[in-house]
Amino acid sequence: MYKILKAEKLADKIYLMDVEAPRVAKHCEPGQFVIVKMDDKGERIPLTICDYDREAGTITIVFQEVGASTVKMSALKAGDTFRDFVGPLGCASEFVEEDLESLKNKKMLFVAGGVGAAPVYPQVKWLHEHGIEADVVLGAKTKDMVILEKELDAVAGNLYVTTDDGSYGRSGMVTAVVEDLVQNEGKKYDVCVAIGPMIMMKFVCLLTKKLEIPTIVSMNPIMVDGTGMCGACRLQVGDEIKFACVDGPEFDGHLVDFDQAMKRSQTYKTAEGRAMLKLQEGDTHHGGCGHCGGDN
Amino acid sequence: MGDVLKKVPVREQDPKVRAANFEEVCLGYNQEEAMEEASRCINCKNAKCIQGCPVSINIPGFIKEVKEGNIEEAYKVIGQASALPAICGRVCPQESQCEGQCIRGIKGEPVSIGKLERFVADYALEHDIKPIGAEKMNGHKVAVIGSGPAGLTCAGDLAKLGYEVTVFEALHELGGVLVYGIPEFRLPKQKVVSKEIEKVKELGVKFETNVVIGKSTTIDQLIEDEGFEAVFIGSGAGLPKFMGIPGENANGVFSANEYLTRSNLMKAFDDSYDTPISAGTKVAVVGGGNVAMDAARTALRLGAEVHIVYRRSEEELPARVEEVHHAKEEGIIFDLLTNPKEIHVDDKGNVTGVTVIKMELGEPDASGRRRPVEVPGSEYTIDVDTVIMSLGTSPNPLISSTTEGLEINKWKCIVADEDNGKTSKEGVYAGGDAVTGAATVILAMGAGKAAAKGIDEYLRDK
Repeated sequence: MYKILKAEKLADKIYLMDVEAPRVAKHCEPGQFVIVKMDDKGERIPLTICDYDREAGTITIVFQEVGASTVKMSALKAGDTFRDFVGPLGCASEFVEEDLESLKNKKMLFVAGGVGAAPVYPQVKWLHEHGIEADVVLGAKTKDMVILEKELDAVAGNLYVTTDDGSYGRSGMVTAVVEDLVQNEGKKYDVCVAIGPMIMMKFVCLLTKKLEIPTIVSMNPIMVDGTGMCGACRLQVGDEIKFACVDGPEFDGHLVDFDQAMKRSQTYKTAEGRAMLKLQEGDTHHGGCGHCGGDN
Repeated sequence: MGDVLKKVPVREQDPKVRAANFEEVCLGYNQEEAMEEASRCINCKNAKCIQGCPVSINIPGFIKEVKEGNIEEAYKVIGQASALPAICGRVCPQESQCEGQCIRGIKGEPVSIGKLERFVADYALEHDIKPIGAEKMNGHKVAVIGSGPAGLTCAGDLAKLGYEVTVFEALHELGGVLVYGIPEFRLPKQKVVSKEIEKVKELGVKFETNVVIGKSTTIDQLIEDEGFEAVFIGSGAGLPKFMGIPGENANGVFSANEYLTRSNLMKAFDDSYDTPISAGTKVAVVGGGNVAMDAARTALRLGAEVHIVYRRSEEELPARVEEVHHAKEEGIIFDLLTNPKEIHVDDKGNVTGVTVIKMELGEPDASGRRRPVEVPGSEYTIDVDTVIMSLGTSPNPLISSTTEGLEINKWKCIVADEDNGKTSKEGVYAGGDAVTGAATVILAMGAGKAAAKGIDEYLRDK
């Protein structure tokens, strides 16, 4: 059992938790993820590591309510436990292994969309701790969906906040901001790291390809075990099939087949919808319409 | 008394009934039937059946006890050689092992050794007969990586010798392929697997789940930081293969590992569990091994029409004869001498069909089996909405790539001595599918046993 030490609501449907997991905290690096399983009957859910404290033996996770399992998870409080919490999984971000001196000469741009701010944070923080100030574009739908602004501001070189509806910071999608920075504000970047919804990463990649900025994305396909034994998370990257859980989750964004990845993530849409209905309607939901798989 | 040339028949669930449930197919012998079957054993002096058993169980010895109704004694005889008899009695390919060597099999049917072993083991589980542990601990610590059949056997044997053993498992449940791979209808999880693992715990073995060696910690760190004096790697061969044909990333194409893990480990077939499974209405399972049979029979139980697509003929099917027989009884359709060429996909990314080509058998290849060759122009398309790839698995490179000085071969299998499991790295032993590539439960147990002996010799000489 893995104890939750802190549970906090960051924004509408977005939650942060500190979880006691000493083995994970001791070995994790930016870019890696964990898999959590709430209880005996729960499913295994992959979540990127948002922060870690090696001394305290804790891992910070941030998640968004998107279906039945994450809605149930959001009800957990400090003192509750996860039945299972496994990691760190996947490869660390490439720069962790890179030579620090050559890294210092690189100008890096991070683009975080929505809950993607969570996996961006430990990367920018790591760079900051190693004397590298990277720029960050932080995008959200509206003002109250902006998360980790204060934390990112403390470790980023320049932080550019934008909201789709213009209710806070700049106005418009993250791509508009990136384009503006490069084409109108004279910014030059050697590497871009984009993390967020697949559709956002796709459009950032289309833009950075045009701007000729090499781009790394962190993919979030469906996963089961997260250790490379099933291939549920497979992606087409260039000519190769890659398993996001062991070969990634970070890949060269200009090689990823996003359209295929987005289609694959719809595989269980019907089942997920059913689970959500069952959770919302509780005991009043007994099916019977012939479409929802309820009991008679 | 029945015909002495024939096995006492074993009771099974009716095929029509069982095709719609996940309950165990084979119901096993009762004591009366077991004693009758045991009386068919002629207690050979140089018993060939023992040679056919990879862990050399004293088969005539335990059958003699069954014949006399001393079931607890029979369990002790088996326990000298095997830690997991309830499992092996169910899943070993006896026809090519112990039963394949039985003298009775020359004129009639061999003695039903597997079913007798299963009866004895189930009796011990029901009557809570304890295994015999070490008299005192010897103060040495050994780490075992993986809680599949190889790891469980190695851990059990070392504990019996007085070692302090910790087993590290990456998944959230113990048992490896016994829990995620082999389905409930062949190997019940609560009734058999978890109880059998309880017996290993009773020997004093400690278990830690959710530890991925190579990620959560490494073998070098277990030795340097956590004080383990020897390590056994029983991490299996869990990496699935795909064919590399067009359409393979479509929604509805699964590795057998994913399909079976969802159903067996995550219990997706049971609505009260949260993990979904996309069952399919018409399913093609590609491959002919036990895993293919398991995936096909699982899909059938989830309500689909199921085709096994296999490129050789029935004679070459690598699956156990009993499983092929059960699959046919349940209504699985066998499309033999057939191989997929392309998977068709609609604009939403879903599978709509698979084009296959007829094959014929040519000259024998390096493995001695006749090589299948395509019959030109014989392509046709089967309408399916789900394709399950069951083409075999290879070892995961996670451990070999994070352990200094551990030699692997070109198939990414760990190189280890067959007799004692010794690897190229001092104090590190390996066995089971991690060494051989995908094989059988009993071979993994045999390797776990040999490595336990190797580790004991190493630590006593040290």
